[in-house]
Amino acid sequence: MIGDPAFGQPSDCGPARHGVGGWWTQRLTALVLVPLVIWSATSALRLRAFDQPSLAAWMRAPWNALALIALVLICAAHSYLGLRVIVEDYVHALSWRLAGVALLQSVHWALAAVAVFAILHVALGGGAA
Amino acid sequence: MPMRSRPLSPFLHYRWQYTNTLSILHRVTGVGLSVAFVFLVYLIAAVARGPQAFARAATLSAHPLVRGLLALMAITFAYHMCNGVRHLLWDAGLGLERSQARRSAWIVVLATLILGATVATIMLLHRGGAA
Repeated sequence: MIGDPAFGQPSDCGPARHGVGGWWTQRLTALVLVPLVIWSATSALRLRAFDQPSLAAWMRAPWNALALIALVLICAAHSYLGLRVIVEDYVHALSWRLAGVALLQSVHWALAAVAVFAILHVALGGGAA
Repeated sequence: MPMRSRPLSPFLHYRWQYTNTLSILHRVTGVGLSVAFVFLVYLIAAVARGPQAFARAATLSAHPLVRGLLALMAITFAYHMCNGVRHLLWDAGLGLERSQARRSAWIVVLATLILGATVATIMLLHRGGAA
């Protein structure tokens, strides 16, 4: 089998049929989230007040807005991939497993869309009193 | 063999030890952080909706139970991040010897307690004065 040219191209991509793509993305997003979350947490804790005007002013700074968008998108991807593995591990009936993964995917897309829209809305001048 | 009578490996015959304790904690903290992510999106949306909507979110965040949960999330994140780095090192082929894995487990637990407790304390002190 080893030495056979087809050996490097598995025909079966595992029980969820998505191969190793999710595995890689899970690790890549993990790596990026370490500095992103540390930056967001220190940045947020350094704000003098947690009221709407100061948070909106913080979000209006372009680099803050961009980094927050990146944080939200990468968080959504990492959360989806992690929860999907849990569903795939513990939900054995194929129909329920697929339904669970589809639900996770929809919820994470919705969360990412709401967050990105909200950040852009504030960054482009909305959200003022 | 029918599906239902197959042995439920590995759920039933594993001895409870530090390896599977840390592993299941990684999943539990991951699920907790996913819930925290929903709360983060709610807060971001509240900022965008304006001062009144944010005032409601701030009132909710100031509730002792929510403040406690948010502080717990600092410890939850500290664990998931430290243990996540441990997993990334394993994926790179580092620290796989039993003695190394045992040492890194202790480092994760200590780092979680120090980092998590520090951030949780800062959060509880900081948020007390604001919002």
